[in-house]
Amino acid sequence: MYQYIVKRMLLMIPTLLGAALLVFFLLRLLPGDVCEVRLAGTGMYVDDEMINQCRDELGINDPLSKQFIDFVGGYFTGDLGNSMWTGQPILHEIGIRFQLSLQLAIMATVVAIAIAIPLGIISAVKQNTWIDYAVRTFSIAGIAIPSFWLGIMIILGILVVSQNLFGEGWMPPINYVSPLEDPLGNLAQLIWPAVATGYRYSAVATRMTRSALLEVLHEDYVRTARAKGLVEKVVINRHALKNALLPVVTIIAIEFAFLIGGLVVTEQVFNLNGIGKLFVDSVGNQDFVLTQQLVMLVVLVFVMTNLVVDVFYAWLDPRIRYS
Amino acid sequence: MKPNSSKTALAAALGLTIGVAASLPAVAQMPQKGGVLEFVVAGESPSKDGHRETTYATIHPYAPMYSLLIRVNPENPQSSDFVCDLCVGGVPEPTENGTKYTFKLRSGVKFHDGQPLTSADVKATYDKIIFPPEGVKSARKTFFKMVDSVSAPDAETIVFKLKFPSGAFMPALATPYNWIYSKKDMETHGYAWHSNNVNGSGPFMFVEHQPGAFVEAKRNPNYHHEGQPYLDGFKAIVAKKMSVRIQSIRGNRAAIEFRGFPPKARDDLVAALGDKLTVQESDWNCVLLATPNQKRKPFDDPRVRRALSLAVDRWEGSQYLSKIAIVKAVGGVVFPGHPLAASPSELESLAGYGRDIEANRAEARRLLKEAGAENLVIDYNNRDVDQPYKVVGTWLIDQWKQIGVTAKQTVRPTPQFYATLRNSKEFDVSIDFNCQSVVNPIADVTKFLGSAGNNYGSYEDPELEAIYDKLLRAESVDEQKKLMREYEKRALDEMSHLIVSLWWYKINPHRSYVKGWKIAPSHYLNQQLDNVWLDKSLM
Repeated sequence: MYQYIVKRMLLMIPTLLGAALLVFFLLRLLPGDVCEVRLAGTGMYVDDEMINQCRDELGINDPLSKQFIDFVGGYFTGDLGNSMWTGQPILHEIGIRFQLSLQLAIMATVVAIAIAIPLGIISAVKQNTWIDYAVRTFSIAGIAIPSFWLGIMIILGILVVSQNLFGEGWMPPINYVSPLEDPLGNLAQLIWPAVATGYRYSAVATRMTRSALLEVLHEDYVRTARAKGLVEKVVINRHALKNALLPVVTIIAIEFAFLIGGLVVTEQVFNLNGIGKLFVDSVGNQDFVLTQQLVMLVVLVFVMTNLVVDVFYAWLDPRIRYS
Repeated sequence: MKPNSSKTALAAALGLTIGVAASLPAVAQMPQKGGVLEFVVAGESPSKDGHRETTYATIHPYAPMYSLLIRVNPENPQSSDFVCDLCVGGVPEPTENGTKYTFKLRSGVKFHDGQPLTSADVKATYDKIIFPPEGVKSARKTFFKMVDSVSAPDAETIVFKLKFPSGAFMPALATPYNWIYSKKDMETHGYAWHSNNVNGSGPFMFVEHQPGAFVEAKRNPNYHHEGQPYLDGFKAIVAKKMSVRIQSIRGNRAAIEFRGFPPKARDDLVAALGDKLTVQESDWNCVLLATPNQKRKPFDDPRVRRALSLAVDRWEGSQYLSKIAIVKAVGGVVFPGHPLAASPSELESLAGYGRDIEANRAEARRLLKEAGAENLVIDYNNRDVDQPYKVVGTWLIDQWKQIGVTAKQTVRPTPQFYATLRNSKEFDVSIDFNCQSVVNPIADVTKFLGSAGNNYGSYEDPELEAIYDKLLRAESVDEQKKLMREYEKRALDEMSHLIVSLWWYKINPHRSYVKGWKIAPSHYLNQQLDNVWLDKSLM
């Protein structure tokens, strides 16, 4: 196992290098740059001299090879560069948002698991009954409804209901507070996007849990367990569910990795200052340096998550050994 | 703070302020002290330096931390009155044939870190803005082409010497980005220091900036306007999505947004909040344009450009578009209502402004036929921003369709939109705009000059440049008005360099407990917030 992990970690190097090459050159294919957005974007008079001066300062006029070496070299020196838009260090820009995105990803995952596993099990055990149909309808709706729309509906719903009940509309806070400073305020802000995102996320996992469990429930060893006279609860929980969870874990892990940087629209709808919103802003501002570091962060999260999932597989299924 | 009386006549003409939902009290209320104003801002400033930035997202959170030499009258921002902020008495009249302005400064003013503010700081600030050293960015140095020198003969006097008399000087001086920096800060820390640091002398002191989230400030107890500010502080919350900004006012997470909402948002908020909401509205010193690319055929032919302008029914468009978009007034090159603006009859003599739209369009079709440009297909560049670009841009497509012109619209995100406009120039006609702060027509109309850095029509028009040169030097209002009509006729009618669609309309719904803030004809103006207070009885 140890060797396997080392090998996988070494394989991450070409993966990350490939991603770095791709994002670096693709970004530079886009027309326009941060100086034009910043100086000409308000329609004010701006001369080419000023724009060129800005490009010189930010290194946009440097040869591409130098820019790429600066980008990759930063990983060895620990200097990831500064945002072209704000001039602040990239690590600072990402750091202040990462806490929120991580917390939201964890909360959404908890919501998703809390919905998906029980519903998936019930749906499989009660296959083709009205309960199964209800669960499937619920999960299909979760896939069909975009989480940003659900988010908007949640905000409007809370506003309208609270206004009707108390005379003054209430909406979730639009400023992030750390759970360590104000746990209730933090919960009041993040529970709603966690529900909006977790519901969609749970829909996929519910369907995966159901189909995987249905497959396992027809296996010989489950029949054997039943024949031994084990109660159904033990058969499901100990024998069937653990084996059915392999694909579910994969789905949950990949979704979790996606949530770190992929809550682009949900973060906008709830005005959350997270990685997804930063992504949109950096692309909109043509902030190449920040965008490429964000892409690399997401790539790293995906690669690491996949590694963790593979290791987790071995724990779930002792037959799997990576040698 | 004595208003510049020569300009008070503009007040009534400029814009309109309406209280919709709440009945504004007939008598002035006594301001109450205390409270923190929370407001939403649709963008985030790239830096904290007003001298280099051009966005309102810099003004809204940081302008309250700085002072200006002179400013637009906060009690009547609809007017073109300028009043002293750091200077004392009224704004001075020029001497030496209009080429010298001498300002006396207040004594005892201090920066937030305790340094005294003297004329040396004002001189250092304006030297940086007008004559920036090599490598230092100044977004507004071109506003001050008429300035020859700035001097500080003593600690409380600042003198501007002009190369020639110009009506554009005082409005340029009152530009809300001209924040007075400490000379010592610039000398000690360098010119870039203000990008990330704040040390002003304004009504509020910087507390915290959480990137992407908010800027927080607290009351300056040593502010030089006695008794002000009334607020204990403010929090400027970044909220880029319009639905969040609207709902945050509805849900009382923010009291106001200073840029402006579309009519539908106003109506929804009024319906939801009733008298808890006050709406202020005003004409806006921004105009939406369509710019033909004269490097491409057949747009090098004035007849074709004129036809495109003739096709646009501005009078009817104003009526309907003002219900769904942030546009309203029909106008020419000058902000409607300003004394230098065209009267309705003068406007109607320009191509595309006549009331008989069928006659206009028949003429347009004739011109296209004459120019051999029938069934013209336009490669049309638009910006991926709803208000008002996409809404009005789409309306223009329909207007041109009426004369047989087909516009193939490409909507691009802001960076690609500007890359197309400035670099590749791969467009026949592009949406464009002219948005300014202080209403300063003589400076604002430079947009129509082929030589202007923000003109994307790729043309040269020496005749228009010559008229502008005379306009810049004209001293009397009558002479300015006459030259402005010539300029307008040349730019919009004879040559139809740019096609003016409609002027923007600013709508600011806010919680009724926000008092003292008065809407200006620009989202850049009147943002120091020193006269803003919260009515606790309405909270």
